[in-house]
Amino acid sequence: MHYRHPPHPNLASSSSRYQGLLYRWHLDSNLLQALLFLIGFGLVILYSAGNENVHTVEGQCLRLGFSALILVAVAQIPPYRLRVLAPWVFFVGLFLLIAVMIIGDVGKGARRWLDFGFIRFQPSEIMKLAIPLYLASLLHEKILPPRLTTLFLCLFIILVPVALTALQPDLGTALMLLLAGFCVIFLAGLPYRYLIIVALLTAAAVPVLWHFMHDYQQQRVLTFLNPETDPLGHGYHIIQSKIAIGSGGLFGKGWLMGTQSHLNFLPEHATDFIFAVAGEELGLFGAIILLTAYAWVIGRGLVIAYTAQDTFSRLLAGSLAIAFFFNIFVNIGMVCGLLPVVGIPLPLVSYGGTSMVTLMAAFGVLMSIQTHRRLWSN
Amino acid sequence: MSTVKELVKNHTAEKALFQRRLWVAISIIALLILTLIGRLIFLQVIEHKRYTTLSNENQFTLLPIVPPRGLIYDRHGVLLAANNPIFNLTLTPIKVKNISATIVDLQTVLTISNDDLAYFYKQLKQNGRFNPIILKAKLSPDEMARFYVNQYRFNGVRIDAELVRYYPQGNSFVSALGYVGRINVDELKKVNPQNYLGSNYIGKLGIEKFYENELHGTVGYQQVETDANGQIVRVLQRKPPISGRDLHLSLDSTLQLAAANALAGERGAVVALDPKTGRILALVSAPGYDPNPFVFGISASNYTQLRDSPDRPLYNRAIRGQYPLASTIKPFSAIAALYYNAVTPDWTVFDNGFYTLPNGAHTYRCWRWKQHGHGRVYMSRAITVSCDTYFYQVANILGITRLGNVLKLFGYGEKTGLDVGEELPGLVPTPEWKLKTKGEKWYLGDTIVVGIGQGYLLTTPLQMAHSVAGISMRGQLYQPSMVDYQILANGDKMMMQSVALPPIQLSSDSWDLVIDAMHNVIVSGEGTAHNSFGITPYSVAAKTGTGQVFSTFGRDIDNKGKPKHLQDNSSFIAFAPIENPKIALAVVIENGNHGAPRVARQVMDAFFNEAENALPPPPTP
Repeated sequence: MHYRHPPHPNLASSSSRYQGLLYRWHLDSNLLQALLFLIGFGLVILYSAGNENVHTVEGQCLRLGFSALILVAVAQIPPYRLRVLAPWVFFVGLFLLIAVMIIGDVGKGARRWLDFGFIRFQPSEIMKLAIPLYLASLLHEKILPPRLTTLFLCLFIILVPVALTALQPDLGTALMLLLAGFCVIFLAGLPYRYLIIVALLTAAAVPVLWHFMHDYQQQRVLTFLNPETDPLGHGYHIIQSKIAIGSGGLFGKGWLMGTQSHLNFLPEHATDFIFAVAGEELGLFGAIILLTAYAWVIGRGLVIAYTAQDTFSRLLAGSLAIAFFFNIFVNIGMVCGLLPVVGIPLPLVSYGGTSMVTLMAAFGVLMSIQTHRRLWSN
Repeated sequence: MSTVKELVKNHTAEKALFQRRLWVAISIIALLILTLIGRLIFLQVIEHKRYTTLSNENQFTLLPIVPPRGLIYDRHGVLLAANNPIFNLTLTPIKVKNISATIVDLQTVLTISNDDLAYFYKQLKQNGRFNPIILKAKLSPDEMARFYVNQYRFNGVRIDAELVRYYPQGNSFVSALGYVGRINVDELKKVNPQNYLGSNYIGKLGIEKFYENELHGTVGYQQVETDANGQIVRVLQRKPPISGRDLHLSLDSTLQLAAANALAGERGAVVALDPKTGRILALVSAPGYDPNPFVFGISASNYTQLRDSPDRPLYNRAIRGQYPLASTIKPFSAIAALYYNAVTPDWTVFDNGFYTLPNGAHTYRCWRWKQHGHGRVYMSRAITVSCDTYFYQVANILGITRLGNVLKLFGYGEKTGLDVGEELPGLVPTPEWKLKTKGEKWYLGDTIVVGIGQGYLLTTPLQMAHSVAGISMRGQLYQPSMVDYQILANGDKMMMQSVALPPIQLSSDSWDLVIDAMHNVIVSGEGTAHNSFGITPYSVAAKTGTGQVFSTFGRDIDNKGKPKHLQDNSSFIAFAPIENPKIALAVVIENGNHGAPRVARQVMDAFFNEAENALPPPPTP
């Protein structure tokens, strides 16, 4: 007799056949519901933000469908196998990242893309998954909290891809990679005294960093500090998105009725600034529904991390969930004028493809961790 | 003690450590989410009034200014593609309460066709509701007057002016110029969308497509103050658009029209070019069609009619037609024989009307088999009388590879690179090609029939004109091209250089022999075009061709007995004057029953008449 996944009364809590089927496919129904709700809501916003162009929504659905296939595929890989694969994923990603420096395709003044003829993608996206994977597999072998030598090794693994990405230059993604790597070490028990030292060092490094920033990046920071100085230049984005959100009020101007986005006052309203469209048309009410949907996804991710059964799974699930949160926080913070303009999209809602595949792969990993749990626990 | 502590993983302690850290992370996340909500409450509740005012008050916005599209002229400055102002009835959905009721009401004032409505609703789906959408294009002055009288009843409906492409010459030039049409979603993905803000048209075919970047120009902007409904209050700043470049073509509209007239009622193509530069003088595919309806979006019924017409007007025969070279290959076969020293010019064959393979496997007929062939033929006479038997043997001696090599030197089998785009490469067959596509090995018989331009060999009329120009220039070919110069936005001329291809090396005597033989095709009593082309005041070298469309399987059926669509294709290549070539041309007529020489004569006469009657160029100061 041969069956791989004996049903367990505690795991298949509501014991419906539907859930049993999902479980056999290693899909976590709670996370799946959260994602479906979020994606559905996102498409509704995108339809309006894309000026009611059905082709935009069709294109997004196509990418979502493709990403969903990746999710299902990744969910089938059990965590112990992911752990073995981790170094491979990391080094292939690193190789591609170096390749993009040499032969990459230039888009909007930055070398980010690799073009394989039939598909174009950003290797730095792979790193969003590869860094947590590799670090978690590495720390899984160590005694936690990690020793100083281990920490330096981890730091090196984080900083090489971060530096390569920052040089492209793609500061937004580099920041996300840094945060993702940091989450793993933090969850692994990075002593707080080191944290304080790093924070102090960073503060000291700000003037040096400023010196190495591109003009447009310096401009973004300056504009963030005082957007009103340049209302038609670099401050335009922030001012217009604040007007959009602010004029939305409690319940918004109504779906499809946002003047800020539909009359093109709001730049990039289908991509990085899509949250402002939601804020304008659906108001505080809609924005909180969106935030709730995100909180649901993140919360489920954290529950999966909390109940995971080995160090690798715990660190990976925890860091992926927290990194997902930071993606959202940085984007919404930027659109609300809390943070400087960093060019990252709003996960699963913004129009565009590359980040979606990595995100869904990450959810695939979470589902794999949740659905491959053993019956015993220590 | 410490070594033991470091060697053994304490799972319980590690799990507890992780969970403590996770709680810290959860607290931070919760704190940050509360910060975001706090920020949203600040913006949307506390500051709501201020931002509503900002949103409703006058605002700054950038509006695109569409650059005027570059004009297209022929070599004499005749305007071939113009921009005409037209007036469209547009509707801005956001300002109209009930769209269908408004349209019904509008129809009491103007007629709006179902095609117009279908297009309107399609655009409505793609454009959203804040931009004006065309409800009826090209209003007549009468319709405009009727609308203006009633405009007060239709809030959100107005008349907008725009510049639209117009092709004054209509049918005869579409094969070269192509046309512009309304831009679609796929095309918008291939261009810089910023530069096409407000542009409604894009080159779809021909010169209009090939030179889209040059013709389109660069979009301009005006910074305007608008109210929340998008109405302009005042213009603050203006960056004018850079208009598209004007193109001056080498095309000669007189010659183009003459060629189109000569082809009237036929299906075929004429390509004429200047052998010294490769510049196209005429490029006609018959029958043509009017490109103007395509600019606005041709109605489905009219399009179906064009597409399904048995004459296939939409098919650009001049550059996409795939025809056998037929007997027009013979000068090239002769050149191939001389190029490889395969036979000498005075090598003689006795033609009794039939050629049997050395192994006796098959017998091929000469076209004069009923008169028992041409008798004694040598190379020069073989070209003049178009002796099949002679060239069967040349092909046998050369073999397909060497024959194919020389044909490729003359540009057969690959795209010439003409700046009209969309051309097809034709085919110079090789044994490898046959094995790959047909899965069969190459037989000697395949080579023999290529010797007289039949079999798998396929060419376009453009390639035929290009190659005969190569003979006229004694081996020097130029890449065919159509644009003489562009006029930049600042008024400067940008000359387009003609590209010389690597010359074909052959002795002067050999060129003389082939060109003389082609001259005799016209002037000698036994030349195949002696009667059909006739004697001219200028010197002409030429070659006729008759392409079989329908296999008679050895039965003797002449063209008179066949229905039109089974009659032979007629082709003709020529250049003139021999001493100083000014024009090289190719004519192909489908099922043309030997009509090509007549067409060629009309085109050549038009060319030389025009040259004679032309006024001397004005003196330059």
